[in-house]
Amino acid sequence: MIDYLLSDEQIMIRDLCRQITDEKIRPAAAEYDKSEKFPWDIVKFIGQADLFGIYIEEKYGGMGGGIFDLCLATEEFSKGCAGIALSYAATALGTYPLMLFGSEEQKQKFLPSIAKGERLCAFGLTEASAGSDAGALQTTAEKDGDHYIINGVKHFITNGGDAEIYTIIAMTDKSKGPRGASLFVIEKGTPGFSFGKKEEKMGIRASSTRELIFNNCRVPKENLLGKEGMGFIAAMKTFDMSRPGIGAQALGLAQGALDEALKYAKQRKQFDKSITSFQGIQWMLADMATQVEAARALVYASAREIDAGKKNVGSHSAMAKMYASDVAMKVAVDAVQIFGGYGYMREYPAEKYMRDAKITQIYEGTNQIQRNIIAAALIRESIR
Amino acid sequence: MNIIVCIKQVPDTSEVRIDPSTNNLVRDGVKSIINPFDMYAIEEGLRLKEKFGGKVMVLSMGPPQAEAALREAVSLGCDEAVLVSDRAFAGSDTLATSYTLSKAIEKIKDYDMIICGKQAIDGDTAQVGPGIAATLDIPQINYVRKIEEIKDGAITAERATEEGYEVVQSSLPCLLTVVKEINNPRLPSLKGKMKAKSVVIQTWNATDIAAEESRIGFKGSPTWVLNIFTPQAKHEGKIFEGEAQQAVDQLVESIKGLVH
Repeated sequence: MIDYLLSDEQIMIRDLCRQITDEKIRPAAAEYDKSEKFPWDIVKFIGQADLFGIYIEEKYGGMGGGIFDLCLATEEFSKGCAGIALSYAATALGTYPLMLFGSEEQKQKFLPSIAKGERLCAFGLTEASAGSDAGALQTTAEKDGDHYIINGVKHFITNGGDAEIYTIIAMTDKSKGPRGASLFVIEKGTPGFSFGKKEEKMGIRASSTRELIFNNCRVPKENLLGKEGMGFIAAMKTFDMSRPGIGAQALGLAQGALDEALKYAKQRKQFDKSITSFQGIQWMLADMATQVEAARALVYASAREIDAGKKNVGSHSAMAKMYASDVAMKVAVDAVQIFGGYGYMREYPAEKYMRDAKITQIYEGTNQIQRNIIAAALIRESIR
Repeated sequence: MNIIVCIKQVPDTSEVRIDPSTNNLVRDGVKSIINPFDMYAIEEGLRLKEKFGGKVMVLSMGPPQAEAALREAVSLGCDEAVLVSDRAFAGSDTLATSYTLSKAIEKIKDYDMIICGKQAIDGDTAQVGPGIAATLDIPQINYVRKIEEIKDGAITAERATEEGYEVVQSSLPCLLTVVKEINNPRLPSLKGKMKAKSVVIQTWNATDIAAEESRIGFKGSPTWVLNIFTPQAKHEGKIFEGEAQQAVDQLVESIKGLVH
């Protein structure tokens, strides 16, 4: 692995996450994949280790780190189980809008319990007919005196039902299109707010995915994040920051699959030789390792750029997410190939990486949408 | 409630090999860890602190490198750490070690409880914990698997025995050695790791703890190791499976082969 010159603190974060992955996540991954239960016991360990707060400001009980620190943690957890890692990363996704657009009061109210790992968070944008086309939202928030009345259904929400705090987008003025969308924070237990059934998924089965159902859900106006009409821009800004995290999840998954493939290839004998002595396998491993390292360089560079406060980082984080997730898919498929027939069996770890990898090319903006973002920025910048 | 937890730094025996020519442990390149049984002692100390307040002080006797084990204990949540280290302690057996740690504990003075792991995985003697209590002349409860109650200066605990368990009551201060059934040790936290990096580990030598020269190191150690050897492996038993008659026939056949 290339030396990315991590600080002492970053090495500490990485090592601690690696320890949690080795001791707690990896031994439990297959069982959570099978049972589809939410990994509360591991979430508790991550919380006790202060890791839910690494990117949250110290005055709200966090460690004051940045996106890069979060990526290091997500990468390590994902080596063991991308599904368990997602419960962690999705909490960060739901928290960014609070950090970016929340008032001092809202931050004081919500961030400390998130930093301690006492309450998980989720972000709600996607709807049945509004996925990539985030402008086609149907959920509405109608003003009623000092309150908003929210109606609509959010689909495929990670941590849905298990999280306590939800940041969601709803239309406050449909006539304005995307400029009529607003951001709200809503707590589990609010009357009129309920959950649909838990989705059964191909992979990342340790993470929970549910519908959020709002039926005349009345929330005080203090629950509006930022100003009315900022919702769509807020969502895009949130994704600009969160995409390296998904890149890191894909990266960790790819590294995990590569590690398993290498370990297996060293043990596996055919024609009286370790299969690592065959050039066909060697070249596959070499390509996988190179792609993983390239993905890492892109994810790390993009995260560090965001932490440094640079502007116009959206297309770079899109590159990181898109490239790392394409690498994850390819490396996971190749890992199954190296495992041969065993790779297809649930008893061995390879097939889970492959099932888990697919979603990273789809969620938080499909890789086609990422290419749109990259191309748009490319063309825009060439005009300047 | 102030608690002293005694720990030992040991080689990770899951990684240790035995040199077949000398029968000695090959320690080169083997990482050092906190004795796994001591992790349960640390966890129990931290839980008692969380319940009753006070502080947890972690204590170890060993070479300067043992400081790493103490820092790890701080990363788990221990408040202070003391390393007792001196060339004069070299060659200590369990008696000398118990004496040395007792002298350090006398210097610490203010404590309600001492907790040790049931034994160390390198020596497997299980003598140092009881030895400390005997030297300090305080009560001890060994192989504790559960603390039932601490109230009015007394502790009630379950101690594991081969047949089951006993419920024992003792006044405080007292020393416990704990078994792994007692808890599930936590992992370090990030804040703990940061504290561990900067914490000042107090290091005391033989003079600091006012140890008598004749009772420490080689001089204070009546135990002499004459020989270390690998015991001959026992042959594995054989199970004859299948229907009773079939199994008996097989057994008879195999015995026949042994009779000349």
